[in-house]
Amino acid sequence: MTPLLKVSGVRTFYGAIEALRGVDIEVAEGEIVTLIGSNGAGKSTLLMTICGNPQARAGEIRFADRDITRFRTWDIVRLGIAQTPEGRRIFPRMTVLENLQMGAVANPDADFDDGVRRAFELFPVLGQRRNQSGGTLSGGEQQMLAIARALISRPKLLLLDEPSLGLAPRLARQIFAVLREINQSSGTTIFLVEQNAYHALRLCHRGYVLANGMVTLEGTGGELLENPAVQAAYLGGTGQ
Amino acid sequence: MRPPFASPLLRDAVLVAGIAGVLAFPFVGLLLTTQGTAPTLSARFPEFAGAVVLIFFGRLGISAARRGHILFPIVLGVVMATVGAFSLLFETTGMAADSAAPWHAFVPGTFLATVASAGGVAIAVVAGRNHLLRDSVPVARKPLPMKQLLLWTGVALAGVAIVLPLLPAVDRRLIDVATLVLTYVMLGWGLNIVVGLAGLLDLGYVAFYAVGAYSYALLSVTFGWSFWVCLPLAGALAALFGILLGFPVLRLRGDYLAIVTLGFGEMIRIILLNWYDFTNGPDGISNIGRPSFFGFQFAAKPAEGTESFHTLFGIAYDPVHRLIFLYYLILALALLTNAFTLRIRRLPVGRAWEALREDEIACRSLGVNPRNTKLSAFAIGAMFAGFAGSFFATRQGFVSPESFTFIESAILVAIVVLGGMGSQIGVAVAAIILVGLPEYFRELQEYRMLAFGMGMVLIMLWRPGGLLTHREPTIRTRSQPASA
Repeated sequence: MTPLLKVSGVRTFYGAIEALRGVDIEVAEGEIVTLIGSNGAGKSTLLMTICGNPQARAGEIRFADRDITRFRTWDIVRLGIAQTPEGRRIFPRMTVLENLQMGAVANPDADFDDGVRRAFELFPVLGQRRNQSGGTLSGGEQQMLAIARALISRPKLLLLDEPSLGLAPRLARQIFAVLREINQSSGTTIFLVEQNAYHALRLCHRGYVLANGMVTLEGTGGELLENPAVQAAYLGGTGQ
Repeated sequence: MRPPFASPLLRDAVLVAGIAGVLAFPFVGLLLTTQGTAPTLSARFPEFAGAVVLIFFGRLGISAARRGHILFPIVLGVVMATVGAFSLLFETTGMAADSAAPWHAFVPGTFLATVASAGGVAIAVVAGRNHLLRDSVPVARKPLPMKQLLLWTGVALAGVAIVLPLLPAVDRRLIDVATLVLTYVMLGWGLNIVVGLAGLLDLGYVAFYAVGAYSYALLSVTFGWSFWVCLPLAGALAALFGILLGFPVLRLRGDYLAIVTLGFGEMIRIILLNWYDFTNGPDGISNIGRPSFFGFQFAAKPAEGTESFHTLFGIAYDPVHRLIFLYYLILALALLTNAFTLRIRRLPVGRAWEALREDEIACRSLGVNPRNTKLSAFAIGAMFAGFAGSFFATRQGFVSPESFTFIESAILVAIVVLGGMGSQIGVAVAAIILVGLPEYFRELQEYRMLAFGMGMVLIMLWRPGGLLTHREPTIRTRSQPASA
């Protein structure tokens, strides 16, 4: 079976700086795949490149058996890839409901009312704050809103850039629990970039380690958790 | 009691008075007069010293009152008010001519005297209020029901606007000023789409106003087409120019966008000025068709075989009919702009404008095409400027490039920003304050600019986000009861 997302030999540049130096990654339908790596390894760049901003200078990105390497961001999103960009990026002066409405742009056919109901089931606190403007939410609530907004269009693939960034451990665990629920209940494929390697590897089916713009390791979440190199570099050497 | 002469207060007052002294020296301290042909520079020491001393004591009183001192600012305020009032009395009763009057030396000039007495009263009142409120526990203010408040303010303003020309006390001049204000309200609402909703700082908005005005002028003079035919054409042409401007600036944001749009505005004006064969250059275009009441002219003697407005209704001819008609015409156009904006905010494209203002990267990642979204904002904003432009042309009967200078764009941006970006009523109120009041009080000459500047400073101090910063959500559902 062909994977839902197949990134092969992708090279991305910022000017003359080569941020991705030939990355190969596959995400099968229904999987949770995580990408870990230190700061500046190119994790966010890979997510952005999948969304076509910046575009890959070499290599190929295929989504659902279609070459999307040269597509524009908004066209890629309309094919069913939703992204929560790094730093949440909710619309601060717009209300929670209006933020969710913006999530419907990528797929106008999706049932908006049903999507909102589902979002409020996953994140009840958003339901309580539905008429509040996004900027008045706490950091964790904003992250929930960003995820809920991305899910409104019922994407086939959800790309998440550091959803646990800046969240208290309890909130981070809550977010990861919701991601598992999204994956299990509606079969949404998830590709997750994380610094919080321990939680991300526990959550995922498979994982990749990115260093200096190249994939250095891959395996199931359990394998990577056991791997001494991963433990030393990303888990503080204790395995926890 | 806290020591009233705490040294930070004194230091602060000396510093402020020093700054004021530096600024006031050339503005107040020197007087340039022309005697014969030779300009003479003379010193105005009393005025200068009076201003600096006044600012010193005023600042001292303000900061003392702000820090919660009671007795000292009240005494200071009362003394200032008394000195000011006496001086005012002497000035106005002509006793100032008697140089022996001791007050004259302290606060020279009626203006300074007025400021001194009013400021003294204000300081004393603030300090007294602090005293009364000293022991009361601050109560959380109930948030105003903004939605109802804005709705009723809007209805009230529209109601006043509709009955205004029918009021007995209203004369031609007021109708003229009101028509001008409404033109700016409409332009402000149009620019609000671009600046307030889509967040694209456009400093060359007057270009589209010019395109609309010249479109109507040229079509009317060349082909003799009526206002009602030309109005949509002028709007369409302006929208086209909006797209033409939009394309090259798609990637620009903020300051860079502002500079390019400013340049575009000047380009249009300079083209109008220099393309003599087409636009008649600086001479402008005259004899532009006047608007008709759906085909019936406003003329004392209608042309052969036609009826004019007054014969249609069987009333006596009165030139004010046309003014009132123009007033209602721009009122209708402005209300149309308003209704359009209120409606489109609830549609996906309007929502996308607002989202684009908030965060362009988030918009892209949600599938919004920023190119189309920005171009539509530019085009629709420009279209309303085009409508307003044709109204301007038909009202004046004459257009020339002089009417479309950068200052118009600047005033419009000021109206939108001071109104509170995106707020419809805020824009209307700002237009009345910034255009209506200076126009109505034209007799005050340069003092109206002083009032303009004072208004700006007050808005900056008290409403730094604009007059009305409330943003009404476009969608609302009943909130679930908030659980703990």
